[in-house]
Amino acid sequence: MGAVDLARQVRTGARTARDVVEEHLAAIDDRESDLHAFNLVLAEEARAAADEVDRRVAAGDDPGPLAGVPVALKDNFCTRGIPTTCSSRILEGWRPPYDATVVTRLREAGAVVVGKTNMDEFAMGSSTENSAFGPTRNPHDPTRVPGGSSGGSAAAVAAGFAALALGSDTGGSIRQPAALCGVVGVKPTYGVVSRYGLVAFASSLDQIGPFATDVADAALALEVIAGHDRADSTSIPHASPSFADVVLQGVDGLRIGVIRELVEGVDPDVGTRLAEAAGALEAAGAKVDEASVPTTTLGLSAYYVLATAEASSNLARYDGVRYGLRVDGDDITAMYGATRAAGFGAEVKRRIMLGTYALSAGYYDAYYGQAQRARTLILRDFEAAYASYDLLLAPTTPTTAFELGAKTADPLTMYLSDVCTIPSNLTGHPAISVPYGRGDDGLPIGVQLLAPALGESTMFRAAAALERSLR
Amino acid sequence: MALISREDVAHVARLARLDVTGDELDRFAEQLGAVLEHAADLAALDTGGVPPTAHPYPLANVLRDDVVRPSLDRDEVLAMAPAAEDGRFRVPRILGEAP
Repeated sequence: MGAVDLARQVRTGARTARDVVEEHLAAIDDRESDLHAFNLVLAEEARAAADEVDRRVAAGDDPGPLAGVPVALKDNFCTRGIPTTCSSRILEGWRPPYDATVVTRLREAGAVVVGKTNMDEFAMGSSTENSAFGPTRNPHDPTRVPGGSSGGSAAAVAAGFAALALGSDTGGSIRQPAALCGVVGVKPTYGVVSRYGLVAFASSLDQIGPFATDVADAALALEVIAGHDRADSTSIPHASPSFADVVLQGVDGLRIGVIRELVEGVDPDVGTRLAEAAGALEAAGAKVDEASVPTTTLGLSAYYVLATAEASSNLARYDGVRYGLRVDGDDITAMYGATRAAGFGAEVKRRIMLGTYALSAGYYDAYYGQAQRARTLILRDFEAAYASYDLLLAPTTPTTAFELGAKTADPLTMYLSDVCTIPSNLTGHPAISVPYGRGDDGLPIGVQLLAPALGESTMFRAAAALERSLR
Repeated sequence: MALISREDVAHVARLARLDVTGDELDRFAEQLGAVLEHAADLAALDTGGVPPTAHPYPLANVLRDDVVRPSLDRDEVLAMAPAAEDGRFRVPRILGEAP
């Protein structure tokens, strides 16, 4: 049962929040040891929060739109007094002194946090294999990865451990695992959701969003976490619209373009599902044809320069001084070098090195400056496309879930699995991945709807239409 | 030809305050070289007159009133530090010579 229905039952007293949370904790007990979706399960805290929701219902109060809904949080959201590791040794044991804004908003809406989910270390990866605490496995086939970097959150929702989960998406880290685990994943417009308390990876690209089993649940979750926050100066001072009530509005007359450049190179079964999705939208009343966004193919290169450059700066704070691991040295420079060598995993080191190189004297303009100018060209291309289309349609991933270990030896091969999702982070535009059938191997396939800035309502309408076409 | 040498990697590692082993120097030189080679499509791009984009949404000069507000509790923050003393973070020797 999804979040919308669970909250309705709890708010009306038809079912207790405690009963709901026990059902999800039982699912965790049953399969978590095989899947490893969580770094930490908060069973007692979840029971206490559920009991509080039930007390409020009994007293005639409304606990909120997510009353009693079990939610899993990626382990890069700060939770006061609760360990927040980013799946890194360098933060092992750290308990933040404050809650992320999204965590506060979820609790205020009555949601029940059931645990902190596994991820690629500092959100750097596409398979959740870069976790210092071991990989998460795909609930549809435990020999496969769940995608990443928010793989634990995607797996938690797919396995029924939580009705909703939050992740962060810097280059596809919500949408790609959502597609590989057969759930809905949303990356909102940059600035719609406060990043206060999200451990930073690449600040101009990072955005928080929900995982859910259906589009209406995802819309409700985004509605709860969206909105201006003065603690995040990049948050948009804009009243956040209601997303949940648009999902039944349909797509009649919407102009939707299929991005030609992102269809090339995907597996044939992924291409087939995408064509079927395009057909379904057309049958539902949209005008669908092929769109071209030529510079979208530059996204991968621009992204891996910009994201690593920003990461090399953001991760400078892990220096053994204020929190987390310290490895002693004779002086402070030796302490820094030894702490960071011991605390960071291979992929994080690789990206810090790449970003430092791209920002270093003599290379700054050739790499970082040029990538920023390419970002402008990509943004212009998408804006030009949105002059002709209300939405764009594309695959979410080039393949279905791959086997554990298949891409760990070659970083560039792993990076290529983000090629369809990266453009939306560079533009700051919203995008959603919706499950759309299965591949030849029986594993889930997702298709992606992309919208212009603040185009979430239209995006949810079309996503819901796609979902209905499968029923 | 390698785009990035072992010496380049060692230099970058020093800038990043990251101790690396000899094996890592070799591995990073190869792996970073492969990514930079892929990024060559950027170099080929004509970006004359194109301004850079640093941030996807045009917000500028976000200000707030300059008033005192509660901040994080000092003791709670210091309790999470690897070493603290007298209400401050304690670090190893910073200057080259003892005072």
